[in-house]
Amino acid sequence: MITDQTESIISKAKNKRNLKRQNNIQILGYALVWLSAIIAVAVVFWIIGYVLSQGLQLINLEFLTTRPAGGVSGEGGMSTTIVTTLYLVVLTIVIATPLGVGAAVYLVEYAGDASRESKLVGFLVKAARTGVEILAGVPSIIFGLFGFALFVSYMKLGFSLISASLSGAALILPTIIRTSEEALLTVPRSYREGSLSLGATKWHTIFNVVLPTAIPGIVTGIVLSVGRIIAETAIFWVTLGGSYHLPESIMNSGRSMALHVYMLASETRAFDKAMATASILIIIIILLNLSINIISRRLTARVAGKL
Amino acid sequence: MLIFVIYSFISVVFAIFSAVFAGESVVPIMSILRVVGQGLLFFLGYAILPAGLIYILIKFDQYFIESPRQREFVDNAIRYVLLGTALSCIIIVFLIFLFTMEESLLSIEEIGIGDMLTGTIWRPGSIIGTEDAQLGLLPMILGSILVTFGAVLIGVPLSVGTAVLLAEVAPRIVRETVRPAIELLAGIPSVVYGLFGMVVLAPLIRNIDVPRNTGFGLLNASIVLAVMIIPTITNIAEDAIRAVPREFKEGSLALGGTHWQTIVKVILPAARSGIVAAVILGIGRALGETMAMIMVIGNSIAMPQPLTNNPFTLFLNTARTLTGNIAVEINYAAGAHRSALFFTGVLLFIMIMLVNSTARFFMKSKQVKQ
Repeated sequence: MITDQTESIISKAKNKRNLKRQNNIQILGYALVWLSAIIAVAVVFWIIGYVLSQGLQLINLEFLTTRPAGGVSGEGGMSTTIVTTLYLVVLTIVIATPLGVGAAVYLVEYAGDASRESKLVGFLVKAARTGVEILAGVPSIIFGLFGFALFVSYMKLGFSLISASLSGAALILPTIIRTSEEALLTVPRSYREGSLSLGATKWHTIFNVVLPTAIPGIVTGIVLSVGRIIAETAIFWVTLGGSYHLPESIMNSGRSMALHVYMLASETRAFDKAMATASILIIIIILLNLSINIISRRLTARVAGKL
Repeated sequence: MLIFVIYSFISVVFAIFSAVFAGESVVPIMSILRVVGQGLLFFLGYAILPAGLIYILIKFDQYFIESPRQREFVDNAIRYVLLGTALSCIIIVFLIFLFTMEESLLSIEEIGIGDMLTGTIWRPGSIIGTEDAQLGLLPMILGSILVTFGAVLIGVPLSVGTAVLLAEVAPRIVRETVRPAIELLAGIPSVVYGLFGMVVLAPLIRNIDVPRNTGFGLLNASIVLAVMIIPTITNIAEDAIRAVPREFKEGSLALGGTHWQTIVKVILPAARSGIVAAVILGIGRALGETMAMIMVIGNSIAMPQPLTNNPFTLFLNTARTLTGNIAVEINYAAGAHRSALFFTGVLLFIMIMLVNSTARFFMKSKQVKQ
């Protein structure tokens, strides 16, 4: 009897101590988790804050509208790099969007039926999906190497806007396919059935009903890809050349903003100018991210409102 | 005709930009306006005829009636075109493999795979011209592995901690400020990280008092790389933690476990394969990073060794990654040297394919279990 009582008292005390210990452990755990997130966010603000505070001092109209002086001096502005980046983005998106959206449409709208109909098509669809997965993981320097071997040397396009944007298109293709696929999947089935029952062909249904509904999602993918092209350096380092002159046609060499940052920092050690260019890059990326957030918020609101 | 319109438009755009931005000084606003006006006139003059023809054709198109056979033909043709676009990715993968392999054949024949993988000296003779080229990749392989290891060591605790916070602990407001910040981290160009490493981290690391410490090297590169893999790992790990069924958590809480005990003993083990996949994908990203690495790692071609007797000073020494090896030398390499660089690419491609398929394996096993 007595031993029972003492035992229960002891176990209660143990329990209490255990509870207290667990409580302390929990506080410690929370603290660690918060700390890691705070460090991560602090790093973001440190990098962005440092680059912007150093870079924005140098930016004025002259810096934005004169071309780099070239050589090892690091003198001059960044005008040609802005225009080259613009060319590069437009050209790459023009090449990659039809391919990517087309692939997504096939994978979402046709692949299911088609692979049931014939084994060969089924195999091709599987291969296509594997291709997207592999391509999404390939590092950018490999795309650069591929572009260098195929477009620059083998097809003799040289270091030019066209070789660079063909290689860049290969980089963003998986991004566009994936986001477009997701966008197409959110289009309700009833839309397609309604159109088909009115006698429209499958392609008419897709082009006039499904694609217009999916456009916000597809645009998100394109904006994401624009960000990747602006940020990309390794591919353009080996395919675009790096001339500071303005390209006069798509066969000319050029220099994108990110490439300009690299060349200023590594070759001329003009860190202040590099910081200024980098701060413009960061501002563009922040704006792109904001626009993606706005688009996707509208999208979710619309889906929620409609369903 | 459409092509003609587009062509004349493009040439006008090129001309306008050349006039406005190519100069060495600021162009006065009046001359910009003049060039733009001239360009527009040129475009109108050249494009008005084809555009009118296209317009007329579109108008007339409405008066033709499609026959059912024609409709079916168009529908089928579009279907095959779309199948073609769907295959573009696998074709590109195939082309990448074909071209990098083909270009690296020369070095495989001349030097041999074994010698390249185990050779410790990288001395491309084509630069010097007279000496025999020695093209051993082991220093770069080691450099890549060491820097990835360092980045994982620093980056994984931070990102998994952040993922747990975002998925389980943090209130809504914190979540909605932290997540965009982490996403922003993924979008920042790698050269900006490299620049940050050169300007900010290198002087800080130089303060560590070790002879021949330049500030550039494995430690600097590991820190930069750790920051770069945080968004990848955090995002995927958070998804994995969120995918754990509610019942698991509720069961543990109902048995009297604290929230933290539930996280450590129930949720994290249940999300294990997803978190492992996240870390492996982060490793894949780290292995493939190029420009930031060239900027901060020092790019020495020697085997990475400790600077003093203390083995930890290894991380203060400079090194070179596989990716950096390609990017630094490809623009002027020729012959066997160039071919060896392509072999570096093949090696990297195979390594990353292995890493990514391991990650996919872990992700699939997670799906099966549920």
